[in-house]
Amino acid sequence: MENLTQAIQGVPLNHYILLSIIVFAIGVVGVLIRRNAIVIFMSVELMLNAVNLLLIAFSVHHNDPSGQVFVFFIMALAAAEVAIGLAIIVMIYRNINSTDVNILNKLKW
Amino acid sequence: MEILLLQIFIPLIAALIILLSGKSIAKSLSGIFSLVPLLITIYLYVNFIPDASTQFLVDIPWIPQFGIHFKAGVDGISLLLLILTNLLISIIILSSFKHDIKNLNAFYALIFFMQSGLLLVFTALDGFLFYIGWEIALIPVYFICALWGAENRIKVNLKFFIYTIAGSLFMLLAIVYLHLQTPGNSYDLLEFYKLDLDNVTQSWIFWAFFLAFAIKMPVFPFHTWQPDTYTEAPTAGTMLLSGIMLKMGIYGVIRWLIPVAPIGFNYWGETALILSVVGIIYASIIAFTQNDIKRLIAYSSIAHVGLISAGIFVWNLQGLQGAMIQMLNHGINVVGMFFIADILIRRMNTRDMNQMGGIAKPTPLLACTFLVVLLGTVALPLTNGFVGEFLLLIGIYNHGIWLAIASGLTIIFGAVYMLSMYQKVMLGPVHSSTAVINDLDGTEKAVLFVISILVIFIGIYPQPILNISEAAVVNLLEQVNQKILVK
Amino acid sequence: MINLVWIVPLFPLLGFLINGLGRNSLPKTIVSFVGCLAVFASFAVSMGIFIELISEETKSFTIPVFDWISAGNISIPFSFLVDPLSSLMLLIITGIGFLIHVYSTGYMHHDAGFAKFFSYLNLFIFFMLLLVLGSNYVVMFIGWEGVGLCSYLLIGFWFSNSSYASAAKKAFVMNRIGDLGFLIAVFLIFNTFNSVEFSSVFPQASNMISGDSALILITALLFVGAIGKSAQIPLFTWLPDAMAGPTPVSALIHAATMVTAGIYMIARSNILFTLAPETLGIVAIIGLATLFLAAAIALTQTDIKKVLAYSTVSQLGYMFLGLGVGAYNGAFFHVITHAFFKALLFLGAGSVIHAMSDEQDMRNMGGLKKRLPVTYLTMMIGTIAIAGLPPFSGFFSKDEILAHVYENNKIFWLVALIGAMFTAFYMFRMMFLTFNGKFRGTTEQERHLHESPGSMTIPLIVLAILSALGGFIGIPAVFGGSHWLAGFLAPVFEASASKTSHLALDHTTEYIIMAVSVGLAILAMLYAYNRYVKQAHIPADENTGRTGLARLSYNKFFIDEIYDSLIVRPLNVLSGLFFRVIDKAGIDGIVNGFGKGALEASKTLRLLQSGMVGFYIFMMVAGILALLVYSMYKI
Repeated sequence: MENLTQAIQGVPLNHYILLSIIVFAIGVVGVLIRRNAIVIFMSVELMLNAVNLLLIAFSVHHNDPSGQVFVFFIMALAAAEVAIGLAIIVMIYRNINSTDVNILNKLKW
Repeated sequence: MEILLLQIFIPLIAALIILLSGKSIAKSLSGIFSLVPLLITIYLYVNFIPDASTQFLVDIPWIPQFGIHFKAGVDGISLLLLILTNLLISIIILSSFKHDIKNLNAFYALIFFMQSGLLLVFTALDGFLFYIGWEIALIPVYFICALWGAENRIKVNLKFFIYTIAGSLFMLLAIVYLHLQTPGNSYDLLEFYKLDLDNVTQSWIFWAFFLAFAIKMPVFPFHTWQPDTYTEAPTAGTMLLSGIMLKMGIYGVIRWLIPVAPIGFNYWGETALILSVVGIIYASIIAFTQNDIKRLIAYSSIAHVGLISAGIFVWNLQGLQGAMIQMLNHGINVVGMFFIADILIRRMNTRDMNQMGGIAKPTPLLACTFLVVLLGTVALPLTNGFVGEFLLLIGIYNHGIWLAIASGLTIIFGAVYMLSMYQKVMLGPVHSSTAVINDLDGTEKAVLFVISILVIFIGIYPQPILNISEAAVVNLLEQVNQKILVK
Repeated sequence: MINLVWIVPLFPLLGFLINGLGRNSLPKTIVSFVGCLAVFASFAVSMGIFIELISEETKSFTIPVFDWISAGNISIPFSFLVDPLSSLMLLIITGIGFLIHVYSTGYMHHDAGFAKFFSYLNLFIFFMLLLVLGSNYVVMFIGWEGVGLCSYLLIGFWFSNSSYASAAKKAFVMNRIGDLGFLIAVFLIFNTFNSVEFSSVFPQASNMISGDSALILITALLFVGAIGKSAQIPLFTWLPDAMAGPTPVSALIHAATMVTAGIYMIARSNILFTLAPETLGIVAIIGLATLFLAAAIALTQTDIKKVLAYSTVSQLGYMFLGLGVGAYNGAFFHVITHAFFKALLFLGAGSVIHAMSDEQDMRNMGGLKKRLPVTYLTMMIGTIAIAGLPPFSGFFSKDEILAHVYENNKIFWLVALIGAMFTAFYMFRMMFLTFNGKFRGTTEQERHLHESPGSMTIPLIVLAILSALGGFIGIPAVFGGSHWLAGFLAPVFEASASKTSHLALDHTTEYIIMAVSVGLAILAMLYAYNRYVKQAHIPADENTGRTGLARLSYNKFFIDEIYDSLIVRPLNVLSGLFFRVIDKAGIDGIVNGFGKGALEASKTLRLLQSGMVGFYIFMMVAGILALLVYSMYKI
């Protein structure tokens, strides 16, 4: 356990941040440009995980476990979200035979 | 029990009782209930010591965490307006007895509800309380106008409501700002008076208050809701609006606007004064060619209120005393005018004066009382209007002769449009539709006799009324002038 | 007696209340009794006051009644002033008023509004008494406006006729224009002297230097008030229209009393005017122009009452001319004599109209001399008096004015002289057209022709006696008289007299002035006799084309039309413009614009909610980025 901590601390914090930013950015761009609901969903997960990564990195860096506790919460939440989100997407697919979000524009004025 | 609390809350209780009572007794019940606040006011008047102090003070912590108190009191200025409110409410209720009103419990309950709000406005010494009263008075009259009005009532009332609410919003902002500036975070008016704000802030506060009050009065160019609303509202609603409600604006200027922001007033009072004077001439000229009787009276009311507000913004004793007594007079006259218009409209089924004419022949009593009220409105000496306009004009004259001449044009213009109206409606040849008009009966007689007697009595012996407010007005003047001088 | 002066206006007020409240229940006999008695009682008290005043040493008494208005340093008591000027006015108002009340009992006997008429007349007397009794300008103003109201009520007495109702409105509005001037003058007086009481204003004023700008402004504004009330150019057009009222009203209000209020007011404020020579100059010029214009119009009028109305305007012009040249005494003298003979002439005209079954056009009269002998004789006396032939009253008063005018300005005198000649001409023209020649009315009218009852002829006779002899209260020194009136009024004009030069004409000049004016009047009379009796000329009827000056005169110089197109119509156009363009489209447009703007904005903004999830997310990200950038810049 000690080693693991040291191993993590061995990498400079900046690298974690950079990696997180990159992953997060991929997620954002994915959400923005992809039209498939499932891919968007995955991109959202990417963003969540980028944040998770950052939380863990900081948590270890500061020797403060509360960050890691947050990560568990987020993971639990993400799982719940996936369950509901996927269910919705499946329902949509059954109804319109597509998961393209641009077709889903009924919800407007 | 504090007498002032009774004064304010008895109408509220009356409203509840009437709302719950049967339709058959609602009229008589409200007639009786309308007299109770009037009697209390008479009691207040009898026990009032005519000096500058605030009497019958009530001060109960209401929401102490935020410094909100139920603080109300009566000085000469307030007392005059209490008399006005309670007297006119009685007259208005009496005048509505001839109408077939649907849901009359609700109708009378709303009137009493509004009365409570008005009394609160005229006695409140706490900014929060004042604002509450201000809005409480508005809501019932909105419903009265929107439920019992003429065809276009919904659209017109929406405009009226939003317009006035928009104005009061600025006032609310100003009140909250002042509240935050006071040392103990209080809403107390006296604390507001003590504040020493810089010029720019005072200018902002002046305009925030002015907007609310100018819309309510209304002062040119914030008046455009008024003719439509007066025309479409049921007569009782029009009377409430023109007789009493617009006095809230005038009262606000005297009690809140100028004393709270004296320096702002010093900077911008001239602008407000000129707007008022422009309004006098502008509304008078428009009144010349109106054919709708209610609309004509509405425009004449703008002109008369313009004169009152000009008298206030010159800020001297004659102008203010004139404004005080003219508030009462205008209330009496305009209520009389609208009641007469209502009698004519009910009998003729039209508001168009071109279809009237020659009505004086079959209705001598109506013609006579109409003339008395009209003479009061055009300020003939020995009627109430003259005392007010004389003092107002001399006040304005002390400020500048040209303004006095411009405002004085109301004497000529008023005669033109009022006499044109009288001629179109009452004089000329009788034709088939006007020959069969009935003269006044029952309550109509009572209402118009009371109004006519008031018109003449105040014209002959105005001194008791002037005495009520004189000390308070002098005190207020000194207080403000000192602050302006210090700067 | 003087301390009881408040009783004088009280009687007519009671009469008004009794007749007004009981107008449906009281029988005509009681109504006329109450109406006449109220005025007669006032007359009796006024007489008592007058007699007492003559014997008193002091000539000015202020009697307070109650405090009317006070606010701060303004205090306006309701109080009365008794002095020679007001006591004489009291006598004229109540005396002539009583005669006219008596006359009205006959004249109005068949009218449905009998009680209403008497209550209005009483109310008028009440206000007129307030006007002359007021001891300050504000109480005077009560009367000033009050008589305007009564004039409105009485002109519009037969309100079923639309043009009568319009005439009433016109009178009231034109009076109001003057009243505004008066009111502003009152403010100015208050500002200058810190009081509106005569007893405080005049002594202060007499210490001011002549030509003080405040005084000039005050007097000019007061004169505006007088112009309205006394029907001078440019506000004179209401008076001829006012003849729509019943004839006793024309006699009382629009000839004898109310219209002379302007002269009374200026005479009362004589010290202010004396110290404002510029204003006096304007007064003289306006008076002169009015007397000439009105006389020129009267030359061709065919309605008997219109002739008298323009004659009244013209005579008022004389009075103002007199005031303008500082002849306060002469002007007031003319007020008195004019009250006598003009009331007489109007009542006579009323008697004619009554006999002719409400015919007023002189073209349809003629030859009434034999049928209406009393009316004819009395009216003839009135005509001679107004034409200024000695020794009737008009001669003395007019001559006094003319002598002063001559001394002051020869051109004015010449114009006034031509006016006097016109006066003689149109008056005799009226008499000859009405009473001489053949009867030109319908046979129906001829059958009804009758001399009026005693209630109408007795006032005529009394007034005729007064018109004949009234001049003897002011016989000038040139005839060896002592001019009682001047002596009696001296305390009122005392302050002014010390500041103006006295009439310094030698007696020869005065004789010549008199001879010239009398001679011209006789010439005019002879010309009228030649034209209307010898040649039996009858004015052409309405539709015949008139040319040149006759057309101008017959159409009253088109002044009503000019006012209509210059003032009334532009104001109405402006009113419509204000209402439709500025109010509805402009201001209300802006107000509604806020509402419409909110509506439009929401219509546009809701399009952003496209339902495209991608777009929403994009907006979200953009929003987050914006917040990020903002927070970074802020730090």
